[in-house]
Amino acid sequence: MTRVLTEAELEEKFQARIDAEEKIEPKDWMPDKYRKNVLRQMSQHAHSEVIGMQPEGNWITRAPTLHRKCILLAKVQDEGGHGLYLYSAAETLGTSREEMNDALHDGRAKYASIFNYPTVTWADMGAIGWLVDGAAIVNQVSLQRTSYGPYSRGMVRICKEESFHQRQGYHIMMVLMRGSDEQKNMAQDALNRFWWPSMMMFGPHDTESAHTAQSMKWKIKRQTNDELRQKFVDQSVKQAEVIGLKIPDPDLKWNEERGHYDFGEIDWEEFKQVVNGNGLCNRQRMAHHIKAQEEGKWVRDAITAYEEKKRQRADQAAA
Amino acid sequence: MSDHMKLYEVFLRSKRGLDHKHVGSLHAEDAQQALEYARDVYTRRSEGVSIWVVNSSDIVASQEDDCESFYDPHDDKPYRHATHYQLPDEVNNM
Repeated sequence: MTRVLTEAELEEKFQARIDAEEKIEPKDWMPDKYRKNVLRQMSQHAHSEVIGMQPEGNWITRAPTLHRKCILLAKVQDEGGHGLYLYSAAETLGTSREEMNDALHDGRAKYASIFNYPTVTWADMGAIGWLVDGAAIVNQVSLQRTSYGPYSRGMVRICKEESFHQRQGYHIMMVLMRGSDEQKNMAQDALNRFWWPSMMMFGPHDTESAHTAQSMKWKIKRQTNDELRQKFVDQSVKQAEVIGLKIPDPDLKWNEERGHYDFGEIDWEEFKQVVNGNGLCNRQRMAHHIKAQEEGKWVRDAITAYEEKKRQRADQAAA
Repeated sequence: MSDHMKLYEVFLRSKRGLDHKHVGSLHAEDAQQALEYARDVYTRRSEGVSIWVVNSSDIVASQEDDCESFYDPHDDKPYRHATHYQLPDEVNNM
């Protein structure tokens, strides 16, 4: 005879499965907190993809050549697609897209704080592709091994598509650094403004992070914020050097003993301000997202009306 | 017999973490029976940890003939690929 398992027993089986490196799939039993934790992370990730279209969308009409414009369009289109993959995967946890959207609009759900910085020059498209997508890739490569199956599969697909994003950004920087003094300054200025916000993308220090310990135990996250941030620094230094850019951190220096670069402290006060809604573009980003949704309503209504009409016609034909 | 039974497509997840993959089809009276038949005929050697069955008539498929209008526009967009961007050797692993 089978006995109904207690909550504690279920949780023990669940943890054993995770410890054995097995994935959790949508119909499996999972602790409420696991469901909430994965949903929080996935919806934040999805929102970041979609809100992230705005700072780059700002430059589509002003790209310096038709070729760059095509590239930027393709990249922004990818971000929208990545948002879709992530929302769909998140919906397998039983929360609808509308609920996630509402949570974004009333501030319960967050998105990456980096997208609250303005994009004021063309070089910012270079800095974003190289650094922001670069940081995102470091994170996403690690998340390919996350314990939630649909999230993991989404990450594999996204990583495959994403590598051109970073390379096109770096290519923009490289071309500018071969140009006039003015162009070189523009590239350096973009790096100066985007370096620290990119470093903040990995979130608070492990010791300060509210979710890290539990997320690591459940293998939702596979590497901690600080580990990922270190990886990002280590790879970026060489990349900057090769094209003659200087990373704006006076404390940046190779540590032979650790086998890593040491680096300066992030301005956590700025991080806190931006996360809590007081960045330069927070209000603009949200207002634009809400406006796009409202202005697209007639399209969604038209689709529904057309479907209804088709159904009625089919019914009449059948009668 | 098959006049009375619906056709179902069968998808198997061979291992946790992997996508369900189409393995074939079978006839059954209803979804529950299709699941049981699928277990009997498609997973005799532990091929799967999870089975999906879908009414074949519910599958909407693109046609080979639609290829041009569906996919042609992508052929002139090589910049969607990472290899399109020539970077210095030292950082080419990006």
